[in-house]
Order: sequence, then C-alpha cells, then structure tokens
Amino acid sequence: MALKGNLRDFTITQILNLINLARKTGTLVVEGPGGVAQVVFREGKLAYAQIGEEDNSLAAVLHRSKKINPAQYRILKERANQVSDKELGLVLINAGYITQQEVINALQQYFSSVVRRLFTWAEGIFHFDNDAQPPPDRISVKVSLENLIIEGSRQLREWAQLQEEIPSLDMALKFADRPGTNLKNIQLSVEEWRVVSYIHPKNSMRQIAQTTKMNDLEIRRVVYSLLQAGLVEIIRPAAPAAQPPVALPMVNKTTQKSLVQRLINRIRTL
Amino acid sequence: MQTVKMVVTGPFSAGKTQFIRSVSEIDVVSTERKISAEAEKIKATTTVAMDFGRISIDDDLVLFLFGTPGQKRFDFMWEILSEGMLGFVVIVDSTRPETFREARSILETFRAYAPTPYIVAANKQDLPDAWDVEDMRYALRLDEKVKLLPCVARDKESVKNILLELLYAILEELEQSKD
Ligand SMILES: Nc1nc2c(ncn2[C@@H]2O[C@H](COP(=O)(O)OP(=O)(O)OP(=O)(O)O)[C@@H](O)[C@H]2O)c(=O)[nH]1
Ligand SMILES: [Mg+2]
Repeated sequence: MALKGNLRDFTITQILNLINLARKTGTLVVEGPGGVAQVVFREGKLAYAQIGEEDNSLAAVLHRSKKINPAQYRILKERANQVSDKELGLVLINAGYITQQEVINALQQYFSSVVRRLFTWAEGIFHFDNDAQPPPDRISVKVSLENLIIEGSRQLREWAQLQEEIPSLDMALKFADRPGTNLKNIQLSVEEWRVVSYIHPKNSMRQIAQTTKMNDLEIRRVVYSLLQAGLVEIIRPAAPAAQPPVALPMVNKTTQKSLVQRLINRIRTL
Repeated sequence: MQTVKMVVTGPFSAGKTQFIRSVSEIDVVSTERKISAEAEKIKATTTVAMDFGRISIDDDLVLFLFGTPGQKRFDFMWEILSEGMLGFVVIVDSTRPETFREARSILETFRAYAPTPYIVAANKQDLPDAWDVEDMRYALRLDEKVKLLPCVARDKESVKNILLELLYAILEELEQSKD
C-alpha cells in the first residue's frame, strides 16, 4: 500500500523512523504550512531536499553557510546558470575556494535543516514516491537519520510550547524600557546577539529570522529566552526597515608595499 | 599564512597553462579535457575548469597564479577570480591575429572588474610567424602607457620577467596612490 497520510495522525519523526528502518529509497513529499517539501532518501539515508520556493542550488547553500561571500554569490546567480551544481562544485574546488568536504558538509547541513523545519509542521499531508530521484545535475549526500529522529522527538514538545508563547512571527520586537536593565551586563549567546542586533520596531521576527538564517523554531527559541529575561517585548511591526550596510575590508598601504617587495625579491631568485 | 594572487588570462590556447606551469613549484592543477567534436583543431586539450600554480615567497607568504578557464561557459569565474587579485596578465598568442580582438575584450572585462595593474604578454615570440610586439600594440589598440612585453611561456626566465614587470607596475601604483 502506498505510504501516505496526514501529519496529524503520523508525525514527521515517525515517518523518518519508518524510512530508516525499512531502508527506503524514494521521495517524501510533504505539503504543509511552509509550502511543499521534497525529501529524497537512498536506502534509508537522507540524500537531498527541497522546500517551498527556497533556492537549494549549490551556490545558495554555500552562500547561506558563508562558504562564499555575497559578491561571489551574486556572480554565480547571475552568470553560472548554464553550469550544473556538479560542475560548479568542481570548479570551485579546483580554484581552491572550497574543499570537497566543505561542499558535502554544507549540503548535508542544509538538507538536514530542511528536515528539521518539517518537525515544526503540525498540519499537512504527505506521501512517499518510490521512484522520484533528485535532479541528475544536483549533488546528493548521505546522512544517517538516527540523529535527526532523536532531535525531532525532542523538538516536538518544545515546539508545542514555543508556539503557544510566540504564535506569530509577523510581530516585531522592541527593547523593554525597564530601568536598570543593561545589555552589557547580560551574557547572551551568539544567536541571541545576532537577534538582538536586529531588534527594531520595523523588523518582524520573520524578517529577523531570514536575515540571521534561523528557522521558525530557532528564532522562537531565542526570542523566548529574551522574553524570559525581560529584555524584549513583542509589538506590532511598523513599516519595513532598510538592511544594515556591509563593511568593506581595508588594507594598509605600507604593508602592501612591503608585501610586493617580498614578491619581487623572491621571483628574482626563482 | 598569507596568500596573494594574480590572474593569468587570455584567449583560447594563448599559453596560460604553459605560463603558469613554467614558474609554479607544484604541478599545475588543471582540469584539462579532450576538446569535443569540431571545436578548434589547434590542440588536443583545453582547460575546462582552471589551473593554478603556487610560488612560496617566504615562511608566511604564498603567491597563487590562477589561470582562467578557456571556455566561455565558465566566464563567470573571471569575476570571482578577479576579486582581491594584485594584478593580472593577459596572454596573447602572437602568431594568431584572429584572437587579438578577443584578447582586447578580455582585457577590458578584467579592467572593469578591478582597477588593478595589468600587463599584456605577447606570447610565442619564439615562433617564426610571431607578430612584432610593436605591431601588436596597434592591432590590440593598446595605449603606449600599457605594458606590452614579448614572452615565451615555455621559458621560465621570460615568465619571471613578465611577473616582475607586473609587480613593478603594482609597486608604482602604490607609490602614486594616496593613503
Ligand atoms: N612555441 C611556443 N608554444 C607555446 C608557448 N606557450 C604555449 N605554447 C603552446 O601553445 C599551446 C597552448 O598552450 P596552453 O598553455 O595549453 O594554452 P591555454 O591558454 O592554457 O589554453 P586553454 O586553457 O585551452 O585556453 C600548447 O601546445 C603549448 O605548448 C610558447 O611560448 N612558445
Ligand atoms: Mg589552459
């Protein structure tokens, strides 16, 4: 019988468990609040994933995991569309911009993150297609499902609670105007700092999540801890704010000159 | 460990791979592929991805030479490679005037990517039908201020000379620029 059903009766974690135990090969298609997700498995291992309209090309994945910079990403998006992901991976590796392991890690992390996002979907329908394979020009990976399944079951309870506390990400945040609270005296995690730096009545939590590359669960988790610490309040968002500018690296001229002189001296003796 | 890079570019079969190979201390890492079907019958392989060579300068400085891929399909790599380069070399095959226009256009493209110094190498000057360097200056429409030098990419001394001239130009530019 075809594997299909409703997420209310059968959770993502349970589906993954089945795929893992039965060492299934094929594509799990889930239609839920975040759009349509397609997750490909080979012999019970995660191979590839695509969610909604999200760009899962190699360039986009490398950009998200900060393996290439925004300028390089823009160039690849504008100009590398005739080149398949496999070819692109090869050129970037050959050019020394990235190692093969970094390509694989970035893809594994991205595909796993797609699965993690599915854990947060309470509503939706799914079916498993035994034949569908990843597009042939894409790079696929092999990720064991055990860890994802364990994470998924842990998240399930946390998620339910967080959703009650922070039902909508379309709301914005503002700093609580309580006297005596000084951010400098509070130890925040890296994630918390990232969120804090974007707090503005014009930025919705969804926008902050996108900018800081957090998923729905991660942003809620951070906001929840900031709420608990009394640092922020949830408010209705104002008109959208502009993105912060990106700093350009500067190089000192004297250092550059001595560097060029070293190059000259060395090449003379070749 | 600090690394700096220079880009070696030029039309198909100009001698980019050969140029890098002559001075690199490692075997040039290149992804050569048999030229398909009716593609230019000039040589058997072309660089599809890229080649890069390495020269260690001292204990904590390494110079990388990046050769641009020959095929148009990969020209998005030009802009990526050009980021942060010290300068670039445009290699032109002196025996193939039919490639001069393309050489000119590659030069302009790189100049637009980065305002770094560059040098034009009139390669294969050892061949009998090589054009005179000064004739090439006219054909390539190069201003007299642009450094255009004879080159034999198979000869290490000749390649060293090109790299040194480029470095002199970079130093000069630094002297002139304001802080
Ligand atoms: N006689 C002579 N032959 C040269 C010289 N430089 C390169 N060649 C030859 O010219 C041909 C092309 O050289 P490559 O170094 O492969 O050229 P390329 O620019 O890397 O070519 P693509 O990567 O295909 O664009 C080869 O057969 C080289 O041996 C030179 O200075 N003199
Ligand atoms: Mg080559």
